[in-house]
Amino acid sequence: MNQTRRVIVIALTALLILVALFIPIPTNASAPQTRTLEVTARQFAFEPATLDIQRGDTVTIHLESLDAAHGLYIDGYAVDLAAEPGKRAQATFVADKEGKFKFRCSVACGALHPFMIGEMNVQPNFPFVRATAVTLIATIGAVVFFWREE
Amino acid sequence: MTMNRLELTQVPIVKKILVSRWLPWSLVALTLPVFVLAILAGLFGTPAGSRNFGIVFVWIVWWALVMLLLVPFAGRLWCAMCPIPAPGEWLQRRALVQPRAGGRLYTLGWKWPKRFNNIWLQNASFLAVALFCVVILTTPLVSALVLAAFALVALAMSLLFERRAFCRYLCPVGGFIGLYSQLAPVEVRVKDHALCATHKNKTCYVGSAAGYGCPWLVFPAALDKNTYCGMCTECFKTCPLDNLALYARPFGADLLTSRGRRLDEAYKAFIMLTCALAYSIVLLGPWSVLKETAYAVGSVEWWVYAASFFAANLAIVPGLFFACAWLARRIARAATSTRELFVAYAYALVPLGLAAWVAFSLSFVLVNSSYAWQVLSDPFGWGWNLFGTADWKWTPYLAGWIPLLQIPILLVGLAAAIALALRAARELRMPQRAALPIVAFCAAFTLAMLWLYV
Ligand code: SF4
Ligand SMILES: [Cu+2]
Repeated sequence: MNQTRRVIVIALTALLILVALFIPIPTNASAPQTRTLEVTARQFAFEPATLDIQRGDTVTIHLESLDAAHGLYIDGYAVDLAAEPGKRAQATFVADKEGKFKFRCSVACGALHPFMIGEMNVQPNFPFVRATAVTLIATIGAVVFFWREE
Repeated sequence: MTMNRLELTQVPIVKKILVSRWLPWSLVALTLPVFVLAILAGLFGTPAGSRNFGIVFVWIVWWALVMLLLVPFAGRLWCAMCPIPAPGEWLQRRALVQPRAGGRLYTLGWKWPKRFNNIWLQNASFLAVALFCVVILTTPLVSALVLAAFALVALAMSLLFERRAFCRYLCPVGGFIGLYSQLAPVEVRVKDHALCATHKNKTCYVGSAAGYGCPWLVFPAALDKNTYCGMCTECFKTCPLDNLALYARPFGADLLTSRGRRLDEAYKAFIMLTCALAYSIVLLGPWSVLKETAYAVGSVEWWVYAASFFAANLAIVPGLFFACAWLARRIARAATSTRELFVAYAYALVPLGLAAWVAFSLSFVLVNSSYAWQVLSDPFGWGWNLFGTADWKWTPYLAGWIPLLQIPILLVGLAAAIALALRAARELRMPQRAALPIVAFCAAFTLAMLWLYV
């Protein structure tokens, strides 16, 4: 494949990737709600470990600990709670970023503490949709780019 | 392989350092005390992993150093400074810096058995460690015992066998570092092969008064990939013809040679790929049952976990890949056997696997590295405060950015895998569409990783 064709392939792939990253995606999302989520923590799990909310929701998390002291830190939201048995903690925030955010125990609580992890999915998960689109575009782009005349 | 590369040893200071006998000794002199402290902290320090130097410095700091920095950018450089084989090697040499007469080694000098002249044992030792990883990563005592066991086995092997047999054939870490070092943008190679042919004594292999014969049992002139070169720089010292050089080169250059492709190395690629995905699910996913099962060694559930773990690594993932190779063969109506395609294509998984490990490690390392400040001041968790950092708070670094870093890294790995798959098809004289099942496999793997993290 000659130089010009390769340049075109790269440019086109890059362009499509940019489109996939930034094109507005229409949604018929319901109006934002106010939600209260009850989360319990024990060694070494959160329950529920997956929280599903909608973008724009005002979320209050109540954290209750069943055994030792535990925390709940949400990546990307910098929400940080600490609870002890008999001492609940709560935080309220607006879910203004969509996507998947891991949350984790922030108070060293024993052996599996570093892996005491849950997930908060702020729907619609456009980052994943976009990442999938970008992966497919990049796959096709790479195949075309690296293909040699046969 | 001639290509665009830059001889770094032309810079006089670089050359001087590499030829000096103080290298790699001085590097090991730095890492060995840390290693010993890690073992002591594991044995005598607090059982709380995140407060113990032995856990934090090995599985977070060292891991980050190796997986995010050394392996991608310097290949096997870690092996040049690794403390694990050092005591055995010094004993074997009965010397620290200057060699005894003729680079002689004091060992029983057993030859390594031919049938194990491959990395199957490394595949096995890695899987063994990987199976217990939840326990090893979180329990200081177990972690210390494992590290001490590595050093003891390495020591015993130095006394029995020639040279660094442990590193070359057994070390669970050395196996994957070797595999991924093929991607690194540096290489140690001879400058002029013709010159080697005229050199009768081959001191780089047998040793001389200036140094030891290659501890990695490699004849430098025959090097065409980084996999088994430990970058120990002995050959720089023993070559009387000044024929060795350190080169900077494009990333992944070793994967362009199709010679010497082997099933054991292919399996190394599968195991690493599978484990990156498995750890992303078990360790970092939201499924606490998996973590607890992996931790409950010996329970009935654990046996099920162990069986699934082995099945995934040895049968399911390679099996799916084999199916893709079979499909490729059908598409191309190729005369080549499916097995040969399977092995050749597996090398395309090398960049994809490293990308997956970097993505996994980022998630793990950035979040946990702030523990390093605490244990630096209080390595044993005994309430010390050596540098005043003992009560620095846990702070996850860049936590909200991790997926944004992971996506491009995975995509670069995927693109490189696609390039290699197409190239493998051409090398095997097949139409390039015979690479498409492999491309699909790699894209599916990437999407699975993204689904876990994004
Ligand atoms: S192979 Fe293993 S023991 Fe040997 S130097 Fe490399 S990491 Fe260390
Ligand atoms: Cu906890």
